[in-house]
Amino acid sequence: MIGLVMLAVLVLLAVFAPLFISYKDEVIKQNIRMRLQPPSWEHPFGTDQYGRDVLKRIIWGARISLSCSLVVISVATLLGALFGSISAYFGGKIDQVIMRIMDIFYALPFNLMAICVVASLGNSIVNLGIACIVGVVPGFTRIFRSAILPIRGQEYIEAARACNTSHFRIITKHILPNALGPIIVQATLNLAVTIIAIAGLSYIGLGVESPMPEWGTMLSDGREYMRSYPYLVIFPGLAIMVAAMSLNLIGDGLRDALDPKLKN
Amino acid sequence: MGRYIAKRLLLMIPVLLGISLLVFTMLELSPGDPAQIILGMKATPEALDNLREQMGLNDPFWIRYLRYIGNVLRGDFGTSWRTSLSVIDEIIHRIPVTLRVALGAMFLTVLIGIPIGILSAVKQYSLTDNLALGGALLFSSMPAFWFGTLLVLLFALKLSWLPATGSDSIKSYILPWVTLAASNAATLVRMTRSSMLEVIRADYIKMARAKGASERQVILRHALRNALLPIITIVGMNFAGLMGGTVVIEQVFTLTGLGTLAINSVRVLDVPMVMGEVLFIAALTSLINLLVDVLYVYIDPRLKSQYVKIRKAKG
Repeated sequence: MIGLVMLAVLVLLAVFAPLFISYKDEVIKQNIRMRLQPPSWEHPFGTDQYGRDVLKRIIWGARISLSCSLVVISVATLLGALFGSISAYFGGKIDQVIMRIMDIFYALPFNLMAICVVASLGNSIVNLGIACIVGVVPGFTRIFRSAILPIRGQEYIEAARACNTSHFRIITKHILPNALGPIIVQATLNLAVTIIAIAGLSYIGLGVESPMPEWGTMLSDGREYMRSYPYLVIFPGLAIMVAAMSLNLIGDGLRDALDPKLKN
Repeated sequence: MGRYIAKRLLLMIPVLLGISLLVFTMLELSPGDPAQIILGMKATPEALDNLREQMGLNDPFWIRYLRYIGNVLRGDFGTSWRTSLSVIDEIIHRIPVTLRVALGAMFLTVLIGIPIGILSAVKQYSLTDNLALGGALLFSSMPAFWFGTLLVLLFALKLSWLPATGSDSIKSYILPWVTLAASNAATLVRMTRSSMLEVIRADYIKMARAKGASERQVILRHALRNALLPIITIVGMNFAGLMGGTVVIEQVFTLTGLGTLAINSVRVLDVPMVMGEVLFIAALTSLINLLVDVLYVYIDPRLKSQYVKIRKAKG
C-alpha cells in the first residue's frame, strides 16, 4: 500500500508537471544570478550550477524516468511474450534456436551490452531505451517460457487443439492469460531495475545529456560541486531510490498476491 | 562429470561466436570512422585512405569478421587502435583491479548477506526479521552509484578517512567494496531467508531436533546445507556480474579496471579492444556459471546420483 501511494504521488507529479512548471523557463533555462543557492523556502532542494531549481528538475525528471522505463518494460514484455510463448509452445528446434540466441544476449553483462548498443546507435534517450530493451528481453523470454511450459500440456490446451483452434488463438487466448501472474510480478520488479539502469547509464554519459533533467545526469553533473553543495547529488539520488522502492514494494505485494507459493 | 564439463565447454563455442558476431556487427553500425578517430580531425584524405587500407577497413564486413575470428583462433586478439598495445596485455593489465574489487565485494557480500538471511529466517516475523527485510529493500532500491557517491562525500571529502579515487592501496578499495556489497547483500539476504524458510520446517530438521542436535547444528549443518543451492547461484551470478559489469562503479571511484577499459574503448570505436574484452568477459561469465553448476554436485550429493541415473538410463 505504501508503495502504491509513493508511486501514485510520483505519477501524478510527472503527469501534471507541465501545468505548474514551465519546461523552457524553469527547467532548462539558465539563471546564473541564482546559481548554487542552498535549499530554502523559495527553492526547497536548492538550485544547481546554472541557477535552475533542483526540485522542479527532479519533478520533470520523473516524467523522463517513469515514461522511459514504462516503455522499455512494455516493449520488453511484448517481445518476451512473443519469443517465450513461441519457444515453449512449439518446443523442439524452434525452442532450441530461440533459447540459444537468448543465451548469446544473456552471456554479456547488461552494462557492457548497453554500452555496445548505444555506441552503435548513437547517444540519445531512444537509443538508451533500445539498449535497455535488448538487455531485458532475454530474461523476460526465459520467464515467459518457464511460465508457459507447464501450461502447454494441460487438458484445456489439448481441447482447444482438438477444436481446431489456431496456434495464435491458443497462445493469446488460452496460454498467455494463464501465465500472467509471474510475468506481472517480474515486469513490476524490472521497472525498478530499469529506472536504476537508465539513471546509471546516463550517469556515465550514455543516453540522456544535459540540459535534459534526467535523474542520473543530474547526479553526474552535481558531482563536481558535491563537496560544497551536497544537495546536488543527494536529492536526485533520493528520487531514483523512492521510485525504485515504490515499485519494489508493489512488486513484492503482487508476488504475495499472485504467487502465494513464494510468500514466506 | 568430466563428460558434462566437456559438453558445457563445447557449448560455449557457439555462444562466444554468436557474441563476437553480434558485437562486431554493432561496432560496424556505429557512426564514425576509426581512421578519423585515430588520426584526428586535421588528418588529410590521403592519410585517412592509407590508414584504412592498412587496417583492412576497406574490405567487406564478412572478410574482416572472418579474418578477426581466424586470428583469435590462433590466439591473436590484435592490437588496440587507441594505444597500439596488445589487447591481451591491456586486459591482463586491468584484471588485478577488477579482480580485487570483485573478490573483496563478494567476500563482504557473503559475510553480511548469509548470516543476516539465516537470522531473518530463524527469527521470522520478529523485529530482527523486519529490520533485515527493510534494510534489504532499502539497499536493493538504492542505486549503487548514488550510494558510492554518498560514501565518497562522507568518508573521503568530509571526514578524509579514505581516498575518494585511485587503486594504489587497500584503503582505496574499501568504499567500492562497501558500495557493491550493499546492493548485492540485499539480494543475498532475501534469497538466503526464503531458501532457509523452505527447508527449516522440513521433517529432517524436526528429526535432527528430536535427536537432540543443538540449534546451531540444526541450522548450520542440516538446514543451511540444504538451502545452499539458490544461495550459491546468486553468489555466482553476482560474482560474474562484478567481473564484467562494474562499469558505473569504476567511474564513480575512478578505478582503472575492465569496466573503464570497455567504456573508453567503445567511445573511440577501438574494435579489437572491445571485441577482445567482450569475448573475455563472456567466456569468464560462462566459466563462472559452469563452476557454480559443478559446485552444486559437491554441495548436494543427490544431484550426483541423479546425474549417474540419467547416464545409466541413457546407456
